[in-house]
Amino acid sequence: MPSLSVLVTLISLLPLLCHSFSPEAPTNRRLLVLLDDLSLQSSHSIFFHSLISRGFDLDFKLADDPTLSLQRYNQYLYDGLVLFSPTAHQFGGALDFQAVLDFVDSGHDLILAAGASASDLVRSISRQCGVDFDEDPSAVVIDHNNYAVLGTQGDHTLIASDDFIQSDVILGKNKIEAPVLFKGIAHSLSASNSLVLKVLSASPSAYSANPNAKLSYPPSLTGSAISLVSVLQARNNARILISGSVDMFSNQLFKSAVQKAGSSRKYEKSGNEQFVTELSKWIFHERGHLKAVNVRHHKVGETDEPAIYRINDDLDYSIEIYEWSGKSWEPYVAGDVQVQFFMMSPYVLKTLATDQKGLYHTSFKVPDVYGVFQFKVEYNRLGYTSLSLSKQIPVRPFQHNEYERFITTAFPYYGASFTTMAGFFIFSIDFMYYNCCLACTQRWCWPATWSFGAKAKSRQASTNLAGVDSNLTFWGQKSHQFSENYTKRGIIVKSSVFLDNHYPALLRKVILKEVVACSCCLWDSMREGGGRGI
Amino acid sequence: MVGKPEPVNGTATAKTSPSPSPAISMSGLKPDLLNNLSFKTLKLKTKQQELLIRVSILCLVYILAFITRLFSVLRYESMIHEFDPYFNYRTTLYLTEKGFYDFWNWFDSESWYPLGRIIGGTLYPGLMVTAALIYWTLRFLSFAVHIREVCVLTAPFFASNTTLVAYFFGKEIWDTGAGLVAAALIAICPGYISRSVAGSYDNEGVAIFALLLTFYLFVKAVNTGSLAWALASAFGYFYMVSAWGGYVFIINLIPLYVLVLLITGRYSMRLYVAYNCTYIIGMLLAMQIRFVGFQHVQSGEHMAAMGVFFLMQVFYFLDWVRHLLSDTKMFQAFLRITVTCAVGVGAVALGVGTASGYISPWTGRFYSLLDPTYAKDHIPIIASVSEHQPTAWSSFMFDFHILLFLFPAGLYFCFKRLSDATIFIVMYGLTSMYFAGVMVRLILVATPAVCLISAIAVSATIKNLTQLVRAKNKVSQTGSTKGGSSTKGSSKGSVDQSQPFQRNGASVLLFGAFYLLSKYATHCTWVTSEAYSSPSIVLAARGAHGNRVIFDDYREAYFWLRQNTPPDAKVMSWWDYGYQITAMGNRTVIVDNNTWNNTHIATVGRAMSSYEDEAYEIMRSLDVDYVLVVFGGVTGYSSDDINKFLWMVRIGGGVFPVIKEPDYLVNGEYRVDKGAAPKMLNCLMYKLSYYRFGELTTEYGKPPGYDRARGVEIGNKDIKLEHLEEAFTTSNWIVRIYKVKPPNNRW
Repeated sequence: MPSLSVLVTLISLLPLLCHSFSPEAPTNRRLLVLLDDLSLQSSHSIFFHSLISRGFDLDFKLADDPTLSLQRYNQYLYDGLVLFSPTAHQFGGALDFQAVLDFVDSGHDLILAAGASASDLVRSISRQCGVDFDEDPSAVVIDHNNYAVLGTQGDHTLIASDDFIQSDVILGKNKIEAPVLFKGIAHSLSASNSLVLKVLSASPSAYSANPNAKLSYPPSLTGSAISLVSVLQARNNARILISGSVDMFSNQLFKSAVQKAGSSRKYEKSGNEQFVTELSKWIFHERGHLKAVNVRHHKVGETDEPAIYRINDDLDYSIEIYEWSGKSWEPYVAGDVQVQFFMMSPYVLKTLATDQKGLYHTSFKVPDVYGVFQFKVEYNRLGYTSLSLSKQIPVRPFQHNEYERFITTAFPYYGASFTTMAGFFIFSIDFMYYNCCLACTQRWCWPATWSFGAKAKSRQASTNLAGVDSNLTFWGQKSHQFSENYTKRGIIVKSSVFLDNHYPALLRKVILKEVVACSCCLWDSMREGGGRGI
Repeated sequence: MVGKPEPVNGTATAKTSPSPSPAISMSGLKPDLLNNLSFKTLKLKTKQQELLIRVSILCLVYILAFITRLFSVLRYESMIHEFDPYFNYRTTLYLTEKGFYDFWNWFDSESWYPLGRIIGGTLYPGLMVTAALIYWTLRFLSFAVHIREVCVLTAPFFASNTTLVAYFFGKEIWDTGAGLVAAALIAICPGYISRSVAGSYDNEGVAIFALLLTFYLFVKAVNTGSLAWALASAFGYFYMVSAWGGYVFIINLIPLYVLVLLITGRYSMRLYVAYNCTYIIGMLLAMQIRFVGFQHVQSGEHMAAMGVFFLMQVFYFLDWVRHLLSDTKMFQAFLRITVTCAVGVGAVALGVGTASGYISPWTGRFYSLLDPTYAKDHIPIIASVSEHQPTAWSSFMFDFHILLFLFPAGLYFCFKRLSDATIFIVMYGLTSMYFAGVMVRLILVATPAVCLISAIAVSATIKNLTQLVRAKNKVSQTGSTKGGSSTKGSSKGSVDQSQPFQRNGASVLLFGAFYLLSKYATHCTWVTSEAYSSPSIVLAARGAHGNRVIFDDYREAYFWLRQNTPPDAKVMSWWDYGYQITAMGNRTVIVDNNTWNNTHIATVGRAMSSYEDEAYEIMRSLDVDYVLVVFGGVTGYSSDDINKFLWMVRIGGGVFPVIKEPDYLVNGEYRVDKGAAPKMLNCLMYKLSYYRFGELTTEYGKPPGYDRARGVEIGNKDIKLEHLEEAFTTSNWIVRIYKVKPPNNRW
């Protein structure tokens, strides 16, 4: 009994264990943090500690460390990369621009923070992620309306922004009350990139310029086009955070009190900590990460998945969707998951019903069209991983034996064909056994003219066959026998004698021109005469 | 003459024969009887001699027809040729593996992605079933053959059978001599060999046999008026329908022939029996083929046969009425009314049927036969196929050689001795010659007719000449004794008097005829060996030192596809290579040689002729994983995709007007060098064909990027691909395969 209970416990624990060691979101994850200066480790310690406390294993390195390497033996050593090195012109070791992008393209996450005097390296990485930092290296974001009232600083480069993206998934359920302090450079989103999102935007009065120089020309980036913090969820679900400010993550701004210019309300603590922590949770897939498993389809009433469907089959389709909560996979509940039965365009589009436990299900009829279809689930919601599942399945037409055997409306046709068959049978018997001939009296027989051979060309003489050379044969009978056979039956036999001196004697022939008889008679006599028949 | 030497030979054999054979002595029969027996076995009567010669000639012709088609097997290997045969091979394989019902109901999801194709309902199963039956028979007889060998040798086997049919047909329309000559001519005629060499496993290989068989049986039925022959003809027609779409020729030629007979007053009971039986039973049988279905009653192309069928009934009815009505005047009136009514009812029925859509109008292919310019203007997909082009004079000469001159001579002989049978062969010859002029591939249909008619010319001429020569001999031998029949002697005498050098002239002419025939044989062998025995999937060329170079790039590429791509990968290529990719590469294709969906082909044509990013959208929508192009710039192989490209533009532009042909031309000229149109230089097909070609030096003394197929230096040497990447290029660059990249991860 005790062993049994242990076994039961183990079995009940098994799914939990499996989930927690899921390769998609393991709990023990390693992050590589690249710094310009190791002092950042202490000045940004709150942020780093929040990561460590969530189970991340951080590896701090200087950006120009010659031993840097993201992968060894084609295996990535880290699950995420934090680039707090805005001024690094090149990375040390084996790490370079392309290696970072490859790291992302293989499904790993990236936090990139720039700052004033961001290097070309950082700019080009972010450009590849759909974010363009202001070209002017000395420009920072200035806002004369929404700056943070803070001590004596008067150039309005420390901005208090509260223009967040409206998404509980990205920023968490708890509303960020206090404005976020931002001090750094502006960026804009590339118009051609459809994946990148503004998380924190500047106010309409913001602009990007050098605060120490006189503004001699209009700033290139102004107003709401300026993004302060952006995220990008790549097609392989790697998540990227790009911020124009490293300071945003610093302990100093985390702790400082904030009062927005023109506002009387003063917050004891800025919104930075909450904002950055929640955002990093999203970046590292602790929220908004979905997985779809157990895609199943089968005919109604069956359980096995067929290799091919037939048109007009009824089928069941089900899928399970779970969300990663940071610790375990929880059922994902939504009422807007749809499945398409797709061949160049969706033939069926159905919203899946959920049982609140992660299982989504629907059933529908295969359209009356054959071809290679796909079950497609395209689920794209802001902040969530995009689910794009397609499963190919051919649909065949009816087989020859799958049609209805007898159709009521066709009974007249069946009747017609069977009466024709019967009629043909009776007619044949009558035809074969009723003695009819031209000579004798007949009911429905009439004479036909049967022509044989070619018409003789020149001189012809119509004679009776009796007068013809007796050596000539017709259908295996000597001419006189042939003639007798026919005349006996009242058949008129005409013949032409072909006499042409221009032809050698060998070619001279008697050509039987016409035999006039009713068909059945001729038939009989030919058969009797041992001829080759008709 | 024959009777005299009998005793001499008889005694001579009697002396020798009993001693060596112990069986005879043991049996103890009378020696006289034995003498008689042995004499009979050794010395044959003239008739038997003739039969023996005839049979041995036929056997030799039968074997010759088979072995002359084996050049390709000896030169290369036992392999399937060209494009369509690969589909036929694939389906035959399926048939032998899965059985008939699975084959009949086969829905193929590997071609025409994502539409799929109902193979069982869209093919002519005759060829596959024939090959499978041969295969099963051989297996039953414990011959462990592979189905590929059966497929490779099916066409030569049926070509041999065709010679037999040609013999009987020739015998039926003229005499045995003509039959023998026809068999010999058709055995080696290049027009037929072009489609029936070993490995050319195509419908035509079987269909020409079926075509000739049907015609022969029908002529036989008309000559005899026999139901049995007509029934046999109907079954021949059924086999033809099951084997090839060219059956439409039969179902139109026979009614035309019947109509001509009716017009020339040759209506007879025999014709009535033959046509009605053949038509009705043939039609019912043909409906059993799924691909043909109800076309016999619903399609405009088959309406002629039905019209003639009803006309026959009208004729028969009138005959009967004439028999009942002794009054000619009344009959004339009746005739007028009946004919007017019949024609009126027929016209109204046809009009209503066509207007209501019950009778489908003629298809484009049919139109293009009647009007050779139709396809060029309206259906580029038909015009794009090289074998649908109008025939050049040279190819007539190439395929027929002396038959081209003998054909009119044969027609002369046919007209001289008009009968129902010769009228048929004349009709067949003239119509098929017209069609052969319209389309290259229809030379094949004309070949049997040309062979038969030429055989009549050859046979009749030689017969007349030999008679002249032999008659002269006889006269000189027998001297002044003009015994026998007086007519014989008088005719000879008169001939002798009229033409003094007749004998010598006849000998010379005879010699000339044999010279021509021997030249024909040489020509046919040469053509078979040089032109028609290339598998076209393996290319051969002469190297610099006269050695033979083999380019096996196609099979290399397809094998690469089979081994290195996921099993459900979709390959986009121009439709020419679809059958080969599915058969040899075992991968799904977007379009193939069964050109049933013009829009789908046009979509591929559009993708090939668009810029890369536009093409990428199209390829994504079709789930394309790989793109395959054929490129001959390195080897000088001229039938590559760049040379076919204008057709892709035309076909694509026919459905999608965004593709315009003038965009790819410069002053109406098609070029790929620096002067080419900018759209041409940047379209997908150009990029895929010439990707990295600018780095390659193909010929000594020429700049890099010199295209040997076009003989120019290419205009765009710096080609960058954005959405595709090169996956595989064969050793001679003939086939290039590109992988379609997934969309950019971060964009």
